[in-house]
Amino acid sequence: MQRTNTLHIKTPEGITFSLLLAGPVARFLAWVIDFACILVIMMALNIGVQVTQIVSFDFAQAAAILSYFLVSIGYGILCEWYYKGQTVGKRLMSVRVMDIQGLRLQFNQIVIRNLLRFIDSIPVCYLVGGLSCLLSPKSQRLGDLAANTIVTRESKIPRPDLEQILPHKYNSLRDHPHLVARLRQRISPREANIAIQALLRRNELDPLSRLDLFARIAAHFKKIISYPHEVIDGITEEQFVRNVVDALVRR
Amino acid sequence: MIIDLQRFIDEEKKYWAELESVLDRLERDPLKKMNLSELKRFHYLYQRTSSGLARVMGLSAETEIRRYLESLVGHAYAEVHELREKSRRFSPLRWFFEVFPQTVRQHMRAFILALGITAFGFAIGGVAISIDKEAKSIILPFSHLQVDPSERVAYEEKTGAIKDRLAGKKATFSAFLMTHNTRVSLFTFAMGFTWGIGTVILLFYNGVILGAVALDFFHAGQSTFLLGWLLPHGAIEIPAIILAGQAGFVLAGALIGWGRRISFKKRLRTVAPELVTLLCGLALMLVWAGIVEAFFSQYHAPVIPYDAKIIFGAMELIALILFFGFSGKSKERPHAKD
Repeated sequence: MQRTNTLHIKTPEGITFSLLLAGPVARFLAWVIDFACILVIMMALNIGVQVTQIVSFDFAQAAAILSYFLVSIGYGILCEWYYKGQTVGKRLMSVRVMDIQGLRLQFNQIVIRNLLRFIDSIPVCYLVGGLSCLLSPKSQRLGDLAANTIVTRESKIPRPDLEQILPHKYNSLRDHPHLVARLRQRISPREANIAIQALLRRNELDPLSRLDLFARIAAHFKKIISYPHEVIDGITEEQFVRNVVDALVRR
Repeated sequence: MIIDLQRFIDEEKKYWAELESVLDRLERDPLKKMNLSELKRFHYLYQRTSSGLARVMGLSAETEIRRYLESLVGHAYAEVHELREKSRRFSPLRWFFEVFPQTVRQHMRAFILALGITAFGFAIGGVAISIDKEAKSIILPFSHLQVDPSERVAYEEKTGAIKDRLAGKKATFSAFLMTHNTRVSLFTFAMGFTWGIGTVILLFYNGVILGAVALDFFHAGQSTFLLGWLLPHGAIEIPAIILAGQAGFVLAGALIGWGRRISFKKRLRTVAPELVTLLCGLALMLVWAGIVEAFFSQYHAPVIPYDAKIIFGAMELIALILFFGFSGKSKERPHAKD
């Protein structure tokens, strides 16, 4: 099976959406943060244990042993159950454990993937789990394989600001419907996206780079189709690109 | 196919924003339960956004909006769709007295295999120690088992009558035993991922140690001490480790999938709840065994008569066999054996 960083899921409604898989580095950093969290919890519990030593040293020692064991095993299980697939480290690194079919995680899946850390963590520093992650097509460690889970990247995608791309201005291209039709036919999605991204980010560019970038995009579009003079004369390269994008995405 | 993107977004963006806010609320409060009208609205928003995503898919130029809608649909999908059967409200008593023994019986072949490998190891350990006394230092890596059994029994009985060796340390010792044995058991289970090879090795080695200790004490004429010492906690602890081996073999069986026409994912999905049941059950057994070992097993005659300890251990073993053999049997659903 081919290795991929994207998992495509088809819903019963017939819609396909994709989930970005988290890489080993993000997962390792999340684990480091979680390890630090476990240490902090243990330090806090130790303070409690010190207090109970006044009553019984034996009881305090037993409580320390049991609490370390329960925290080290239970931390991942409880966090992933409560936060629906996330621990503190995973939240900070914007990764999430999900069912391989994109469904809600079941408690037994969480338990199995966490208990199989025993084998993923051997011989040191999650070597087995890391290798499995690198070799498996969906970046799964052994615990993920057994529990049918994946770890996805959880980057929040902001709502795009369409008004910035399409101000309601006169577009000389629209006087020539055959050109609009030809543009839609010949300009690829990738090319259109480059133009949209350039328009979206235009204010982040310095003036010279902005002029240069739009000149190059305009030159490329002008190579694809020949335009009558009245369409391109008297407008800037940036306005020309804006008109092309407008023609591509509006009626 | 959308022709007028601007109009489409103007019409749809309020629904996307509403779905986004519902998802944010669910994220902030994972235990939040929606009422029926909220659920209906959520479902409607999900379907409307999915439909929007389908339309944007046809529009080649707009990747940003597609990515945004995919992210919304992906999050909502996990909340809306759950095709697997929801288990009824969890009842600890029902789980312990019905589900746990039923699960052990359901995978009886894996249990017998684990028991057989332990027994085989026991026999090999016993034979090795009977043939060659020197093998003791290799087979038994524990210093307290290296001494002559008769000397040890004499020492334990003499010092035990004078002072309590574990005074002020019983709870600590008990906690250590619980966590150590649980770790070993979880590791035995996890090694099932090596197609069961690791589980076989661990069970066999455990059996070898047990056999070597048992025959060492038997040859020294200290069988009564041995039974009094091991039976009270071993009657529960050893079966718990065999259950860990059983869980490891169930996992290995699902990985290998001999003669089963269902997919790898489906096999693992099927056994997952059963594995968790076995592991939680054996963890409880090891808690009990840890308490018995620290507070009872380590006290020998004349403090506690051997007969009392052996009877206690034998009763535990009988109760355990009856528990796994019959508990929850009347409510058992017919299912495929492993």
